Amino acid sequence: MSDDIVKIEVNGVPLEARKGEMLIEVTDRAGIYIPRFCYHHKLSVAANCRMCLVDIEKAPKPMPACATPVADGMKVYTRSRRAIDAQKATMEFLLINHPLDCPICDQGGECELQDLAVGYGRDVSRYTERKRVVKDLNIGPLISTDMTRCIHCTRCVRFGIEIQGIQQLGTIGRGERTVISTYVERAVEHELSGNIIDLCPVGALNNKPYRYSARPWEMSSKPLVAAHDAVGSNIYAHVLRGRVKRVVPKRNDSINETWISDRDRFSCYGLYADDRLEKPMVKIDQQWTEATWQEALELAARELVKTLDGEGEALGVLVSPNATLEEMFLLRRIADRLGSRNIDHRLRRRDFRDQNADPVFPWLGCSIEGLERRDAILVVGSNLRMEAPLIAHRVRNAALDGAAVTFVNPAAYTYHFEHEYVDAPVERMVHALGALVVAAARETQKQVPAVAAKLASEIAASDAHTSAVRRLIGKERALILLGHLAQRHPQFAEIRALAAALAALTGAEIGYIAEGANGAGAAISGVLPHRGPGGAAGGEPGLDVQGMINSPRRAYIVFGIEPREDIANGERAEQALKSADTVITFSSYVTDELLGCSTVLLPIAAFAETPGTFVNGEGRWQSFDAAANPVGDARPGWRVLRVLANLLGVEDAEYRSAEEVLDGVRRAVGETRPDNSYSGQIEAEGDAVQVSLDELDVPIYSVDAVVRRSEPLQRTVFARGAKGDDDARAEIRVQSAG
Amino acid sequence: MSDGNSARMEAGKAVLSEHVREEIDRWVAKFPEGRQRSAVIAALHAVQHEHGYLTQPLMDAVAEYLNLPPVQVYEVASFYSMFETKPVGRHKISVCTNISCMLRGADEIVEHVERKLGIKTGESTPDGRFYLKCEEECLAACVGAPMMMVDHVYYENLTPEKVDEILDSLD
Repeated sequence: MSDDIVKIEVNGVPLEARKGEMLIEVTDRAGIYIPRFCYHHKLSVAANCRMCLVDIEKAPKPMPACATPVADGMKVYTRSRRAIDAQKATMEFLLINHPLDCPICDQGGECELQDLAVGYGRDVSRYTERKRVVKDLNIGPLISTDMTRCIHCTRCVRFGIEIQGIQQLGTIGRGERTVISTYVERAVEHELSGNIIDLCPVGALNNKPYRYSARPWEMSSKPLVAAHDAVGSNIYAHVLRGRVKRVVPKRNDSINETWISDRDRFSCYGLYADDRLEKPMVKIDQQWTEATWQEALELAARELVKTLDGEGEALGVLVSPNATLEEMFLLRRIADRLGSRNIDHRLRRRDFRDQNADPVFPWLGCSIEGLERRDAILVVGSNLRMEAPLIAHRVRNAALDGAAVTFVNPAAYTYHFEHEYVDAPVERMVHALGALVVAAARETQKQVPAVAAKLASEIAASDAHTSAVRRLIGKERALILLGHLAQRHPQFAEIRALAAALAALTGAEIGYIAEGANGAGAAISGVLPHRGPGGAAGGEPGLDVQGMINSPRRAYIVFGIEPREDIANGERAEQALKSADTVITFSSYVTDELLGCSTVLLPIAAFAETPGTFVNGEGRWQSFDAAANPVGDARPGWRVLRVLANLLGVEDAEYRSAEEVLDGVRRAVGETRPDNSYSGQIEAEGDAVQVSLDELDVPIYSVDAVVRRSEPLQRTVFARGAKGDDDARAEIRVQSAG
Repeated sequence: MSDGNSARMEAGKAVLSEHVREEIDRWVAKFPEGRQRSAVIAALHAVQHEHGYLTQPLMDAVAEYLNLPPVQVYEVASFYSMFETKPVGRHKISVCTNISCMLRGADEIVEHVERKLGIKTGESTPDGRFYLKCEEECLAACVGAPMMMVDHVYYENLTPEKVDEILDSLD
């Protein structure tokens, strides 16, 4: 047996533990319950609530299990007289100042304090003194505060320091007057801030939009996969009478641990916006009228066939990268049936020249968890915290563990960890990468690769470039991550070719941050003009998104998109749709824009209302069932598409469930192995770029239709700042300091 | 990041006097690199000594100068009773009321000061001259009880007359 293992005994049961482990970790693993408030397995040990006191043989007094390291031969009793007395005394102490307002507290029914009070509390109070009252804070539109209920466990404070990397809440004052506060009233602004709602063991910090709208015991908890980024966080939707009331994280240590981003938590408040499309609508003689599903779908099929008149290439299919794998696959089959290869999901991409060198699907380059084990990460063109908050969290963990993290970005975004920054303005991004390649060639004493040869005369590698390159060279597990800004850049071909050259020189690997919740799934299911399901090549490529709007089609199928907001050059996209004869739009919402450019509007279930599958950035297929009822007559997208497919005569499309569609996807796709190796042939030149950073960088709470309708998210400092609110911008500057 | 840090430090510098900065630097040097948080108490003492009490801009300046999140400075400032986070009078009077002083008549001394200045403990005179602190703990001068501390100076074996004399001598 290794020296690192010690033997202990808990309640007479022999257990093995690693040296230095805290007792509570061992008992948690063995399923022996010890009550606690301040201990949390993802946070540092504070040992300030004293609820986990246990009886240890030969110890002169009860010891806190969260802060007592195991020792060989230790005998622990968690239910002895002394342990129980200590726990009960702690409980009585905690309840001295805790209000008895459980009936009006949102935490009631899911409260750690309430639960433990049942187990360890007395039925009568010995206290007649007045209770402490604490003034509430306004910490923004997402989190409600009732600080009188706070028991000072400091989980929220430690979350700020250790997970967010920026401390906004602190313990102010001392003794009985201690309060958890920002001291200066200001919004807690971080893309992961909502997690303190789950961490808070009492009702002090709660979900503000959800406040007073349901009780935990009347809701059912349905597992889901979050729908806004390539992480694919596991979540539970809490559903009451068919409607999502709130979203909480579902623990999955290899994806989201116990956290979720605010975008994933609060987007559900956009589901029931006033402009939900509840009935199919058709435009006849320039007049919109409601229709039955049958009428609408028959009309859609008829119009498509009539408008195309056998010319498949006159059809363009635009698909949201947040659609499910099943929906994407059916759209691909419909496009195939109509003879069109003009199908694409890369809505915000501008440069498709080198698309044949795209990987089978945009793979992160390793597992999400594996990011933490990278020893060097060079992030190219990414507002990482906004694009994928939990990937940023993993990168931060890697940095805290000693990884050299470097950002090559058009702006110095704020990160709360040690990193280096290479300035790469939008119009000079190619040059910045070229300079890195030149520096890497010099540092490794190799020739400047052909891709950068033409640029070499235009660029000079500065100290920043040399330093960034040195941080990659000689590392065993270096990764170059291409973010959304890079992928949306009009010179993505050059940027990627240079990044690949840099990777080849330095021995790093390449990774992509896929757009949307299912960007990887879209590539796998063949929602691409140049490839079929599973990445199958062959045939003449169809038009990409920009191609479809630059040479307008006669007919379009638009799935889950608001063109102006979701597509690069959105105004032009809207014009192209307006000029078409037939536009079949699948949407959860109805807007003037969609009414203006569609001919048939089909209401589809939004996020949480449909079963389906997302493939996240690490290539993990995650299926989920519908959690809530679609609003009005809306139907899950896969069902609507199946009927349309049947009407259009797609063969073997008699799917009876989303699972059957998924089986179809699996059969068509086969085994897809992630492979980011690059084989493109691009020579980089420093051409002028006609795009601004504002066009490339889509604000965190504007990425898709649901998020844009979430009123609480729109009231955050991040969203207001993005809309040009100067106060909010100033606030971000203040808070990003330190 | 390093650019942002030095910009913050500059912002802090602009608010703090040269003397205060020297004092903070002296304390920072005593701790290992990266542990400048340890110098918060000393920094706040230096600032309070100059300004009489702490304001949010002053605490922010300390946070900026030490490159800490502001809340970590607020935490320290609000924890110690020796730091004043609200405007107070120029001369700080702390009458010890712990056991030795209490037995030797400290309560009457407190009452006398309150009557003389027309304020209660925890309050400042409207003219901004005096601040009568709530003293919480023993000031460790039991041998000369009853005693009080005025602007860090100890006065022992007090009588009401002696208190009058001391307070009247202050500007």
